[in-house]
Amino acid sequence: MSGHAGSDQVRPSYRTLARWLEAAPADLLQARSRQAELFFRRMGVTFAVYGDVESNERLIPFDVVPRIIGAAEWEQLEKGLKQRVTAINAFLKDIYGPQECIKAGIVPAELIFTNPHYRPEMQGRRPPGDIWTHICGVDLVRTGEDGFVVLEDNCRTPSGVSYMLENREMMMRLFPDLFAEHRIRPVETYTDMLLASLRASAPEHAGADPNIVVLTPGPYNSAYYEHSFLADKLGVELVEGGDLFVNDDIVFMRTTEGPKRVDVIYRRVDDDWIDPLTFRPDSTVGVPGLMAAYTAGNVTLSNAVGTGVADDKAVYTYMPEIIRFFSGGDPILGNVPTWRCREPAALKEVLEKLPELVVKEVGGSGGYGMLVGPASTRAEIEDFRKKLIADPDDFIAQPTLALSTAPTLDGGSLSPRHVDLRPFVLSSPAGVRVAPGGLTRVALKAGSLVVNSSQGGGTKDTWVLDD
Amino acid sequence: MIEYLMLSRTAESLYWTGRYMERADFLARILEAAVRLAALPARDGAAATAWASAIASAGVSRQFAASGRTPSEKSVREFLAFSPDNPSSIRACITAARTNARSVRTALTIELWEAINGAWNGLNEFGEPSKRDDFVRYLEWVKGVSLAVEGASSRTMLRNDAYWFLRLGGAIERADNTARLLDVKYHLLLPAGERVGGQLDYFQWTTLLREVSALTAYRWVYRESVRPWLVADLMVLNRQMPRSLASCQGMIVSYLDRLATDYGRRGPAQRIASARLTRFNETNIEEIFQSGLHEYILAFLSENNALAAAVHDQYLV
Repeated sequence: MSGHAGSDQVRPSYRTLARWLEAAPADLLQARSRQAELFFRRMGVTFAVYGDVESNERLIPFDVVPRIIGAAEWEQLEKGLKQRVTAINAFLKDIYGPQECIKAGIVPAELIFTNPHYRPEMQGRRPPGDIWTHICGVDLVRTGEDGFVVLEDNCRTPSGVSYMLENREMMMRLFPDLFAEHRIRPVETYTDMLLASLRASAPEHAGADPNIVVLTPGPYNSAYYEHSFLADKLGVELVEGGDLFVNDDIVFMRTTEGPKRVDVIYRRVDDDWIDPLTFRPDSTVGVPGLMAAYTAGNVTLSNAVGTGVADDKAVYTYMPEIIRFFSGGDPILGNVPTWRCREPAALKEVLEKLPELVVKEVGGSGGYGMLVGPASTRAEIEDFRKKLIADPDDFIAQPTLALSTAPTLDGGSLSPRHVDLRPFVLSSPAGVRVAPGGLTRVALKAGSLVVNSSQGGGTKDTWVLDD
Repeated sequence: MIEYLMLSRTAESLYWTGRYMERADFLARILEAAVRLAALPARDGAAATAWASAIASAGVSRQFAASGRTPSEKSVREFLAFSPDNPSSIRACITAARTNARSVRTALTIELWEAINGAWNGLNEFGEPSKRDDFVRYLEWVKGVSLAVEGASSRTMLRNDAYWFLRLGGAIERADNTARLLDVKYHLLLPAGERVGGQLDYFQWTTLLREVSALTAYRWVYRESVRPWLVADLMVLNRQMPRSLASCQGMIVSYLDRLATDYGRRGPAQRIASARLTRFNETNIEEIFQSGLHEYILAFLSENNALAAAVHDQYLV
């Protein structure tokens, strides 16, 4: 088994596991795999698939072979993540404030002001502690021995953290002896860290015991399981838009004993939908008047409104410069080399190399609206070429990376499959923290590079070693 | 008085989870009884009425007729157990209970959630058994599921408002079911020409007791052969019988009282419920029969609805 692409050497962090796997009975992994599926189904750990009428709830396939990251490597990664997210918060504060980075020519003005996620309503606003992205999920891939690069920042409503936690629970249940043989840093502290972050981000009036809620679009949302899981672990109410109302710019929830004031909303509803009076008037999952209460400083929204401007794929390409500008140092985590199709020279190059590249829509997510050149037919490529020429601003392109692979159970044996990693970074006025681990997503089809759960990808437990 | 407050929507979902699980159990019992009744020797003409009575017992005669179906073993089994166009079929009830539970997962213990979610998963595993043997096993399973849900809630839930709302829904639904059952047997079942007190009549009253698992209880309490007014006494007034109207009323009052204590406030729901319980204590079965059991039950059902509406207004909006 190999720890990364292009090498037959077992990574040092995988040695103990490799020995264990060699000694394990042949059918043990398959048996554990079936057991895991049974547990997940019983617990209702599912996600909804839009437009899938057959079954609107599915299990995300779970791979029982863990992904392992050594202590030194993690330490470096953690530093890089903190640096990056600190810079993203500074960037957002600046964009909605003095806009120094635009004046200094770091980021083109039109990229910000024509960005669909830029919210003029937030101009001049400062959320408590200047924290914009309280919870940020950074997607990473390893492209070689020299470590990880960032594929994407998710600063709006990153999901998947429940799988990080449930996958660990499952592994501890299925392979207790493996845990005895490794020193694995616990991820369970994540929810405590999250609660502390949310508390620290409460408006001043809330005092020592702010009323925190998780806002969900409801049971039909694809990530509903996660929303209820988080509310449960945080010990706070899971609310839908209809449970809240705004009176005199103050947010209340409807309870069996009348209205109760709400101080912090960990919202899993996108900007567009949170307040029909400010944004989309057809939203039925939002709360009328919420923006007024928010801009009056009476409630904290986590993440802040308008953070999407920082996780745009076009802004992503400027992230190394942004980090340099705000942190004064070189970025510890690099970007994947990226062509900005908005630049004519880059577009020309991209059109020449199209069959070799991955092209992504700037505003796309979930693996939709992208072209994976080597895996596409000629017709699909030509189709995309037309789209690119018609609207170059909408696209970026990246080389098809030699993505790292991790050993994954395939039928009875282990095969290498491409993986990425989404660690979760928490920011609060008290500091930036990273849970030791993250969500490893794995492309289950041999050779596939697409790991999104909506595209049939699976997940694995991620172990960060302690020594 | 506790400080913890519950979302009105949470309370409502818990309340309906309780109601739907109770209804699923009741439907399984009705169908079991129908299978039994239909197996009577043909000269009693029982098979024909057995399936019609199951529809009437479930309180869905109008919907059944409107759907263009006619009563037969096949159509009734399908309608009451599986039909997606019957919002009160067993499958619809379990699905609705699960949907409600899922929307308030955070208010449930893991054990209770897994019991309800397991019931829902089981619906797919069972499919729609067409053979009678398999169908009976399905009904057994439904009853088992409701026991598992009840057991999980009573063994693992905190005794707080979440629990009281869940139980309150179950108790109000149960009162409704018992009343309907009693009414149907009293009025609908006996075909013209059959003698009151005759063999079919006797068998039907016995089956009613079986439906609610009370045949043995009846013998313990009355030490007599099965007589209509004693069955009615057991089902209406006997406080030892967990399904009797008086018992259900007692439970409703006690859950509402616990809510009032926890919240430090009484309201219309408590007042209506207590007044009804008092009336139970002041009446006897002779009086009820004299003024008409049917009328008594109709009044009970409409009061039960009024109580449910009061609960709704007081807590669930």
